[in-house]
Amino acid sequence: MQCQACKQSAATIHLTEITEGQRSETHLCEACAQKQGISMQTQIPINELLSSLLAAQPQMPAETAPALPSTSCPGCGSTFEQFKKQSLLGCPEDYSVFEKQLEPVIKKSHAGHDTHCGKVPAKAPDEAKKSTELIRLKQELELAVKVEDYELAARIRDRIKQLQ
Amino acid sequence: MRLNDLSSHPSQWFGSGPSAEIVISSRVRLARNLAGFKFLSTCSNEDKLAISDLLREALLSIDVPQERSYYSVDTAAALDRDFMVERHLISRHLAHGSGPRGVVIAGQEAFTAMINEEDHLRLQVIKGGLQVQQCWHDISMIDDMLEEKVEYAFSPKYGYLTACPTNVGTGIRVSVMLHLPALKMTGQIEKFFNATRDMDLAVRGLFGEGTEAIGDFYQISNQVTLGLSEIAIVNDFTDTIVPKIVEYELAARNQLLAKEANVLNDKIYRALGILKSAYMISSQEALGLLSHLRMGVNMKRLEGVSIPKINELFLLTQPAHLQLNEGRALDATTRDELRAKILRQHLN
Repeated sequence: MQCQACKQSAATIHLTEITEGQRSETHLCEACAQKQGISMQTQIPINELLSSLLAAQPQMPAETAPALPSTSCPGCGSTFEQFKKQSLLGCPEDYSVFEKQLEPVIKKSHAGHDTHCGKVPAKAPDEAKKSTELIRLKQELELAVKVEDYELAARIRDRIKQLQ
Repeated sequence: MRLNDLSSHPSQWFGSGPSAEIVISSRVRLARNLAGFKFLSTCSNEDKLAISDLLREALLSIDVPQERSYYSVDTAAALDRDFMVERHLISRHLAHGSGPRGVVIAGQEAFTAMINEEDHLRLQVIKGGLQVQQCWHDISMIDDMLEEKVEYAFSPKYGYLTACPTNVGTGIRVSVMLHLPALKMTGQIEKFFNATRDMDLAVRGLFGEGTEAIGDFYQISNQVTLGLSEIAIVNDFTDTIVPKIVEYELAARNQLLAKEANVLNDKIYRALGILKSAYMISSQEALGLLSHLRMGVNMKRLEGVSIPKINELFLLTQPAHLQLNEGRALDATTRDELRAKILRQHLN
């Protein structure tokens, strides 16, 4: 589709306006849209994104819902409702107390990921270090196969075997 | 180190480093919380004080060569707080927060540690140009040393636990500040926004979250902090994201030179004209015009003005810098007059 303003470039921005029940459509290229001061909101602030995710979360079915609708964390007394309001958790314990409710929020914020695979404190138990390293190695293996670096893939596979 | 000693010159890291024409700075931030304490939203003031004491003590006692200073932000004057925000030493969130909080500044402003911001601890290393890997190297070393002294809240499943789940996992935020005037002038900035969105990156203005882009400066940062290793995130910026954006900006600059040289010259020399002659100028206008000047020098369209001079003016004309150097609080009109005077003096 051609841009309605310059009639040269391809229209990539499509605006639909409804005024007093009348629907009108405008098709513009990026340059013309910018000239007319039309800017797409391409960046959603993190907090806004989080609130919208939380608002969109389906109500949990009765059987999987916590016994009390307003379960509070024994550590800090916070409820999941409070988190939904301010996007901040009350204490580290909340991650396990509200794990079920938090999981979809965490996955959405982190492109589907739900498990840590980065740095581990030196003081952490060896088991934690090992499991984090395994997750990382598996990611690296996938990548090596994807770029067809089979030599590297074989080395990573051996390391995984060793750890397991 | 006193804040007044800093206000007369730009930060050491500002204006140098690889690809500095387009990449102003690289920054790596780590979010950490102490085990055994609640997060700050539910913490009592006594707890905040205890956290602040513990972390300050740990930060001042780790074995690094740099001289370190601690500033209590809750007792600092409003002007000093604004000054630290202008120099990227603290965030607006810390400046306007509540309760006991502070910042440790070290390594000629290259390393800062904010205490009791959104998390108990926010470490930051900042360097000029594209140096994300070096920032990560430095900050990880400091993080390791701190870990020997304090215990972080950590879970094997979710990694470093943070007050907001958007930071959980590595707690890493890599931010690169870019100067993209040609992409803006050629109307391609929306393309840049779309590309960053596809790569799960956030774009912000000069002073981080919630700020608008002024003077064609854009800060890009990663949003995903869980499920990827720190190295993977850092390498993505160094090997793919930033080189690609730099390439787009350079192509846009060449396009301008080839097709619209006079439009470009006009922008640059009008900016110079106003900066040299105005008697009143807002910080926003000054930033916008200095941005055009910076582009002019980098594209070799303008002689007689140096990049270090422009960098100096970027900071000296900021509201809190102006007031601190003048030694008193000034109203907006007086600031605009003083700003114009400084610009005339430096550029004529």
